[in-house]
Amino acid sequence: MDNLVEVVSIISAALAVGFGAIGPALAEGRAVAAAMEAIARQPEAAGTLSRTLFVGLAMIETTAIYALVVALLVLFANPFV
Amino acid sequence: MDNPLITEPLFHIGPVPIAEPVLVNWALMAVLGLGSALLTRRLSRTPSTAQTVAELFVSTIDGQISDTMNRDPAPYRGLIGSIFLFVLVANWSSLIPGIEPPTAHLETDAALALIVFVATVLYGIKNKGLRGYLATFAEPSWVMIPLNIVEQITRTFSLIVRLFGNVMSGVFVIGIVLSLAGLFLPIPLMALDLLTGAVQAYIFAVLATVFIGSAVGEGHAAPSMQKDPSHG
Repeated sequence: MDNLVEVVSIISAALAVGFGAIGPALAEGRAVAAAMEAIARQPEAAGTLSRTLFVGLAMIETTAIYALVVALLVLFANPFV
Repeated sequence: MDNPLITEPLFHIGPVPIAEPVLVNWALMAVLGLGSALLTRRLSRTPSTAQTVAELFVSTIDGQISDTMNRDPAPYRGLIGSIFLFVLVANWSSLIPGIEPPTAHLETDAALALIVFVATVLYGIKNKGLRGYLATFAEPSWVMIPLNIVEQITRTFSLIVRLFGNVMSGVFVIGIVLSLAGLFLPIPLMALDLLTGAVQAYIFAVLATVFIGSAVGEGHAAPSMQKDPSHG
């Protein structure tokens, strides 16, 4: 416990990724479920649907990656250590 | 553990520091450029195997572009195809022992995303004229001007961070598992990395297509949908 800032930084980085991943995980699950249902109803539209799905997933995933970047900044580029 | 946000220079050419990702990028550019030049040097009506594969690749990219933009893919084929191929090869370059993918560093991704950003603006101006392109920022009303400008910046930033985060986290996880567990355990993770690399290259190219498509405006197929009387 010689450096409180480092301890808090590591814990908060883990918390940031952990909680930051919850929202995107739920959202991606819903998006994939909806796309699966759409493909099951209309198999001939699978190409368009999966391309749109990929773009949408990339957009949703961005929030999780922002959390990852914040965690990396806290761990490796922390201005207070 | 190495800091993924800092790149150490290997040597200097004059005042310019050269880091490892830059060297890998140059090597990839040389391989891709020479490969494409050799492949397209002798094109014939009765294609060889290599030419058939290349034609299949180009026509697949053409199909994706025209599906996404509803336009003739010819002006965009070179840019989008090069971006896809480069990101794909860069992501997969970790297969060569001792080489870290250059896309696992922020600078390469920033350069790629800046290319996409500049291309978006240039294609928009080319297709609509300077006044017409600037007018798209005031759509649907002038209240949206700050939001539209912010969107341009944030989506470029998210393009950088998405590619960086995915590739870098793959490299990082492999490094951690390798240091904890030993030689053969990271192999399934590396296979997963190949999949992630391919998907990220695809997403980068598709997002570039979508951004450019939104800058050049609606294609030829879209207006007929808007005139559909059922929407009245």
